[in-house]
Amino acid sequence: MQPDRHEISVSVNGTAYRRNVESRMLLSDFLRHELLLAGTHVGCEQGVCGACTILLDGAPIRSCLMLAVQANGHELSTIEGLASDSGELSPVQKAMHEHHGLQCGYCTPGILMTMTAFLKQNPSPSEEEVREALSGNLCRCTGYQHIVDAMMAAAQAMRASAP
Amino acid sequence: MTTRFFGAPVKRNEDRKLLTGQALFIDDVELPGMLHAAFLRSQAAHARIKRIDVSRARQRPGVVAVYTADDYGAYWQPGPLLVPPPPIPGSVFNQRTQVPLAKDKVRHVGEPLAVVVAESRYIAEDALDDIEVDLEPLPAVIDLEAALRPGSVLVHDDLGSNVSAHVHQSKGDYRAAAAKAHLVIKRRFAYEHGIASTIETRGVVAHWEARSQHMTIWDTTQAPVFVRNGLAALLGLGERQVRVIAPFVGGGFGPKIMMFYPEEVALPWISMRLNRPVKWIEDRLEHFFATTHERGQIHDAEIAVARDGRILGVKDVFLHDGGAYDPYGLTVPINSQCTLLGPYVVPSYDSAFTAVFTNLPIVTPYRGAGRQHGVFVMERLLDLAAHELNIDPAEIRRRNLIPADAFPYKNGIIYQDFSQLEYDSGNYEPVLDQALQAIGYSEFKREQKKLRAQGRHVGIGVACYVEGTGIGPYEGARVQVQANGKVSVATGIGTQGQGHFTSLAQIVADQLGVDVTDVDIVTGDTDQFYWGAGTFASRGAVVAGNAVNEASRAVRQKALKLASDAFECAEEDLVLADGRISIVGIPEKFLGLGELAKRANPMRGAVKPGTEPGLESTQYFGPPSGATANGVHAMIVEVDPDTFDLKILKYVVVHDCGTVINPLILEGQIHGGVAQGIGNAFYEKLVFDDQGQLLNASLADYLLPTALEVPRMELGHTVTPSPLNPMGIKGAGEAGAIPVGPLFAQAIEDALQLKEKNVELLEVPLSPSRIFDLIKASEP
Amino acid sequence: MKPAPFKYVAASSLDHALTLKAEHGDEARFLAGGQSLIPAMNFRLARPAVVIDINGLDELAGIAHGPTIRVGALTRYCALERDSEFLDSCPLFADALPHIAHPQIRNRGTIGGNLSHADPASELPALAVAMEAQMRLKSAGGERRLAASEFFEGSLTTGLAADEMLVEVEFPALPPRSGACFMEVSRRRGDFAIAGLATIVTLDAEGRCTKVRLALCGVGETPVDASEAAAPLVGHACADRPIEAAAAAIRAAIEPAGNVHASADYQRHLAGVLAQRAIRTAYQRAANAA
Repeated sequence: MQPDRHEISVSVNGTAYRRNVESRMLLSDFLRHELLLAGTHVGCEQGVCGACTILLDGAPIRSCLMLAVQANGHELSTIEGLASDSGELSPVQKAMHEHHGLQCGYCTPGILMTMTAFLKQNPSPSEEEVREALSGNLCRCTGYQHIVDAMMAAAQAMRASAP
Repeated sequence: MTTRFFGAPVKRNEDRKLLTGQALFIDDVELPGMLHAAFLRSQAAHARIKRIDVSRARQRPGVVAVYTADDYGAYWQPGPLLVPPPPIPGSVFNQRTQVPLAKDKVRHVGEPLAVVVAESRYIAEDALDDIEVDLEPLPAVIDLEAALRPGSVLVHDDLGSNVSAHVHQSKGDYRAAAAKAHLVIKRRFAYEHGIASTIETRGVVAHWEARSQHMTIWDTTQAPVFVRNGLAALLGLGERQVRVIAPFVGGGFGPKIMMFYPEEVALPWISMRLNRPVKWIEDRLEHFFATTHERGQIHDAEIAVARDGRILGVKDVFLHDGGAYDPYGLTVPINSQCTLLGPYVVPSYDSAFTAVFTNLPIVTPYRGAGRQHGVFVMERLLDLAAHELNIDPAEIRRRNLIPADAFPYKNGIIYQDFSQLEYDSGNYEPVLDQALQAIGYSEFKREQKKLRAQGRHVGIGVACYVEGTGIGPYEGARVQVQANGKVSVATGIGTQGQGHFTSLAQIVADQLGVDVTDVDIVTGDTDQFYWGAGTFASRGAVVAGNAVNEASRAVRQKALKLASDAFECAEEDLVLADGRISIVGIPEKFLGLGELAKRANPMRGAVKPGTEPGLESTQYFGPPSGATANGVHAMIVEVDPDTFDLKILKYVVVHDCGTVINPLILEGQIHGGVAQGIGNAFYEKLVFDDQGQLLNASLADYLLPTALEVPRMELGHTVTPSPLNPMGIKGAGEAGAIPVGPLFAQAIEDALQLKEKNVELLEVPLSPSRIFDLIKASEP
Repeated sequence: MKPAPFKYVAASSLDHALTLKAEHGDEARFLAGGQSLIPAMNFRLARPAVVIDINGLDELAGIAHGPTIRVGALTRYCALERDSEFLDSCPLFADALPHIAHPQIRNRGTIGGNLSHADPASELPALAVAMEAQMRLKSAGGERRLAASEFFEGSLTTGLAADEMLVEVEFPALPPRSGACFMEVSRRRGDFAIAGLATIVTLDAEGRCTKVRLALCGVGETPVDASEAAAPLVGHACADRPIEAAAAAIRAAIEPAGNVHASADYQRHLAGVLAQRAIRTAYQRAANAA
């Protein structure tokens, strides 16, 4: 059987890409190995660990549970697009650095994407709400405490700088 | 030397790359013409291989090659014994190490039978289905006790039994101690430790370049130097022809050390044969079988105590499940045997273990590395004794602590590093005091009565432990000032998130008067640093840290010498700060470190005989023996008496790991360790059926704790420097994970008043279902 | 863990999707949220020859309010969560949705995909049974309705024919003076339930139960309708004895098999605990609703 291939157009972090992909290619593999945006990590390929979380039209999703071909016509955001063009870290990235919210850093991309979307939706979360929002992202290194601290601090920083 | 950075909560140098998606992990390695490998793995735990037919797979479009054990020819050989057994008289050790691809027989589910190499991983996986395998199933050896009975099916037919090892160590006269004891308590304990389950799985990329006759291997290993040496030998190459790079590694915790995994052996050989780069990334399903575990031990243990609760002796006979092969020697069970003694005075100890071959995946150290098992037994025995003697559980521990004036304290048995188990330094009682204070122990005991009256089931636990850390043999470091004034440091250890890029930089920054961000650390690249052992046993900061310190000091001395020659003044009249050396009191007269580095490498002119060029030094450090850290965890839980689920209301860790390099990183290490300890105690269990099939090989069913299961932790520190290294540091990597099992057992028993119901929690992991079943079984 | 090859078609209309399904039958799978199908394909447990992507079919998504609440099969969990009118009229969802995986999954997963997947440990099948939902099934050849209690035939098996799609779920509005409650016990938030229980209690003006609906998840091959076992409640106000009697009957009515997280005994025990807790809450909510 000839591979079933499709032409797709996607926008990732504001850049438009056109590619021809095999229908079975996972979106996570497409981002990492076709577009060479390897900042999105893969931990389980069954939607549990959360490392591959990206934003699809602004909403966090598991990129291992979507086919690349399904992303046709959609806007994606990944960790590579979080810092400003001049390299300034986003408030969530900055807070993770300041609070030692990462160790090996492998789960970090998924956490940044999940929490960036969450804090936009809920700018004044309680610690419990932060923990709930984080619960779909597994981290094996940190015990989560410093991540939670980072998110509380990021929320505060974002509130303080909001117009 | 000023200490601006040492001891300060310096933020990490490595974060920026990781936070922006720019850090190179193994699966990010992309090379032109790269092939992808997938392994066909045994579905059976124990079977004779009748036939493997790969002919159909070879014909699939996109498949480049398929190999079985036969194709390996002379390359096929069992892996090395990584840690030979310590010289304990009378020990038995039967070496049976893992093989690169199964031949004749498979010995655990997931053991690889064949490898497919294809243009993509997708196609490689397609081709796995094309391979025809005829396996003749054999009964699986799963149960430890049954495995040792005469006539049991054998994992290794030629061995005559399933004994991997047998070790007996003793001190004092336990029998005499028991005879005069006020009380002897004997119980059976079962402790299981699961799988490290790093969020990044393992992976290997091998790239043979025929033109240069050079092999580059990217490997998620914790021990790159040993991998290079071993693979060079296997491949018939010189060590200089092989470069092993451990890039950013997404968590290690032990299992990423084990050498050589079959995939590590296969990929370089394939790359040489095909003359193309080839990649293998373990998927999560494979990870559950193909990466090593820790698993179960069964202890029949007894404690002899005096009326006042003082320990007179401990006797322990235990079985250790080693899995199908034993490449790691005795490390895990020896750790259990030694760490059981804990921070206590144990005048007599009689401990024997038998490590057993089973048809289950291989067991190698995982964060704690068997220490948990021993600590569980001792802490539970003390709880039982406290109950019988009507002594408070915290008090019975206090009465048995090794006194501060007894250090260095000889335990009279031999440890995993082959030396006598000796605690270098410690001051245990203040740690216990501080933990009890922080958890509010005495207030809680009063409060508990009130809460119970309100129908709330709250309980408290306190557990003590020691952790042997920072063992030898050695590590080295090369510190080099570059012409731009920045400092480059290379060391042979690997790093998997421990913050070495920062903690080691702090040491250098203080010695050389530069900013931490001006120090660039390279770890895990054998072309950057030739020698080393690896990152394990909480030794990175201790052993590599001291080597970095020695090398930095040597560079500092070189720089001062050069500057004193240049300024024609005494070295004592110089200050080294802010990346420059100036004369005391004349800050405008200075030489930058970069300039000095240039001068140390002149283009022309004579140098004095014996002069080494460059502002550079390579130094090594090997501790005489391991440094012993210690700590106390305390926890308050509330248990739902109907569902038996629990909520941790408060969690306290107080510990002593000697001098602290970076308290922020240390906190992170403790937090992460506790989280894994909580997983081990209450969530994570590898469930095998009696045929050796793993029933929960997925992260949906193997339950890693999330942000909702791990509570906020309150940490406290005391500092008793280690006399074994100039910086006084002890390791901290495993401290968080070690005592959590007994803590859960104790706190749950207390919350549900299980002693009154004659229910004892003598096993880990626990779960709501298991607690329910135990209570139910105890009801008449 | 990569999917086996398949042919992908993005359906341009419902008719297109149904025509394709009629053509390929069991060889084809509809791809909605993909949160169950794609993992199964990654594990190669599912190997459809044809994947019919229905995500572009807007006509399948959305909630129509009224005496019967009609929810399009392609409605995602996150849309349900955000529709307060829906949560008011179908309060079991307000209780249950937070238990379904995590936000990233709820942003993709659909109600139709969940129900068609028919995992017995999943929450929504039990909700559908407790609420006496009607499933609207469509094929190229026609359309039919199936009661939720008949839709779920076994673990991961439904009454859907090879050419059919679940296109809509109809939930009857709760009678007046009704209270609903869903509760579950799982090892971690977002995991499938070890045992979960949905109940709707309807009261008369005196606070006596006139009708009770009750279904469990995680304790059988399908969602278990235990409404009959809960019948001892009828005629009673909220009181210990009838509730305990109902809980005992529910414990007796189920046949849990046990799993890697729980013994069968523990699951049965939990069913009783949840029954007591959920029924009490439902009574209270019904009283508050009156």
